[in-house]
Amino acid sequence: MTLGLVFEQLLNGLQYGVMLFLMAAGLTLVFGIMNLVNLAHGSLFMMGAYFAIAAAQWTGNYAAGVVLGLAGALVLGMLVEVTALRPLYERDHLDQVLATFGLILFFNELVAIIWGRAALYAALPSWLRGSIPLFTGSRYPYYRVVVLAVGLIVALWLWYMVTRTRLGMLVRAGASNRAMVAALGVNIRLLYTVVFGVGAALAGLAGLMAGPVFVVQPGMGELILIQVFVVIVIGGIGSVRGALVGAVIVGVIDTMGRAFLKPMLATMLSASAAEKAGPALASMLIYLLMAAVLTFRPQGLFGSRG
Amino acid sequence: MNARLIGWITGIALLLALPPLMQAMGQLYYIDLVRRIMILAIAAVSLNLILGYGGLVSFGHAAYLGIGGYAVGILAFYGITSGWAHLAVAIGASALVALAIGAVCIRTSGIYFIMITLAFTQMLYYLAVSVAEYGGDDGLRLKIHSRFPLIDLADPVTSYYVVLVVMLLCVYLVYRIINSRFGMALRAAKSNEARARALGFSPYPYRLTAFVIAGAMCGLAGVLYANHTAYIAPGFMSWLQSGELMFMVILGGMASTAGPVLGTFALLLVEEVLKGWTEHWQVILGPLLVLSVIFFRRGLAGIFYKPDA
Repeated sequence: MTLGLVFEQLLNGLQYGVMLFLMAAGLTLVFGIMNLVNLAHGSLFMMGAYFAIAAAQWTGNYAAGVVLGLAGALVLGMLVEVTALRPLYERDHLDQVLATFGLILFFNELVAIIWGRAALYAALPSWLRGSIPLFTGSRYPYYRVVVLAVGLIVALWLWYMVTRTRLGMLVRAGASNRAMVAALGVNIRLLYTVVFGVGAALAGLAGLMAGPVFVVQPGMGELILIQVFVVIVIGGIGSVRGALVGAVIVGVIDTMGRAFLKPMLATMLSASAAEKAGPALASMLIYLLMAAVLTFRPQGLFGSRG
Repeated sequence: MNARLIGWITGIALLLALPPLMQAMGQLYYIDLVRRIMILAIAAVSLNLILGYGGLVSFGHAAYLGIGGYAVGILAFYGITSGWAHLAVAIGASALVALAIGAVCIRTSGIYFIMITLAFTQMLYYLAVSVAEYGGDDGLRLKIHSRFPLIDLADPVTSYYVVLVVMLLCVYLVYRIINSRFGMALRAAKSNEARARALGFSPYPYRLTAFVIAGAMCGLAGVLYANHTAYIAPGFMSWLQSGELMFMVILGGMASTAGPVLGTFALLLVEEVLKGWTEHWQVILGPLLVLSVIFFRRGLAGIFYKPDA
């Protein structure tokens, strides 16, 4: 366990964290403003990845694939909002969970029909393929640095949008009192569709960036979605800042746990016991963290709800 | 009231008559199918206790199905075949896990509760995936069934009737629970928590107790399920299974005695028909479920009578 390795895994964790944040930001905004639980957010993540791969193959250009993938996720998100989710705003969370669960089944199977069940691998263009030297002497993939940078830029942009623009003001107002915003003459329906579309595009962005790092296959969205739930519970529902902090914590702890828990246990227990307990404990780590946060701060780190 | 009784008698008579009928027609597959449906109906009945009557939207109920199943699998793996031991360990472990998860989750409410129950179940799922000794991702094949005196669970017809009896007992047990003083407190806390508190009782212990009972009952379903499939895998407690269980309760009609049973039959029979049509049946089922949530709000039981609040 050298310092270089720790630093490398820390970068991996941060990079996974910003991906979780892109997902969590959309989900938490949609929940905060529309009071809507959207399980199909993971499906938008998956569709973003597939759209980008398909578009890149079709145009033969990676950048075009990224743009079309983003646009596809945005349009699809708005379409889903208008057709399936609008009737659900007035319903309780149970109905929302069930309906969006139905959407997940639909999207996963649709993807299996169009692209097949086998995992796809997204190819990277040559200008994203290299690696950069770290101060520790080892080299780190260039693409992962780009993902980290894009995630941070989007986080910054989101912070600017929410706190410094008129749209962001409406979003915040909508989150604290929907009826009042509507009474002041704001087209709240349009606002909903826009926020949902932006959330979908962020999920799509996370998905298409995840493509070259993870495998692209049906059901990929739900694996990350449940971790995003953990992020939101830790960060506090409805808080973008909470989503960022929660995402970084979960990303780093999950990655570090998978990398170092086994060798760390091996120094305390026998090698075979560590071999058995390490992976199991590593996969449970973030859920245990969530339980701990809930015990001491049920509303999450940045949640305002009492 | 009478119509309801007639419904029950007809339903039970049909279920009793099914195995000899199917044997006569040589359609043994349907005995297996209905047995599986009834096992999952037990799980749905247990979920209805907390979801329908307690208002606790647990998105992690499949966890106990898995715990019950793994209890059988792991004991059988070490050569312990006594059915009573399987039952005791399965129900005990399910109740203990439900107690731990419930103690954390019930402190929260609403969307938090949904997400946390889902997250904890996912944690157990990953635990099952990562423990290679008991099959890991691939699951574990059961070499032997749970052994009981006089009853042979390996025989499809015998186990069918066992499952039927257990299911009816569970339905009756939940019926008795929700009509007891305890059940009234549970329902009161669901319909108006503030009023319940003003009456002088805290909902927390009632909810937690119901959560533990539901978990234990679902663990029992897990024992039957493992014996039914002779195989256990992490998939028993996947979030898909939890979602399906919720749909069974909702389709049938929340907070009704027969609802979860009706809903389980409806959902799994529809699935069976769709599976017969196409390999990609979920692409049809998904939108059907969305439509049923939007338009079919009171569930199947709502056709026959008004569910109590």
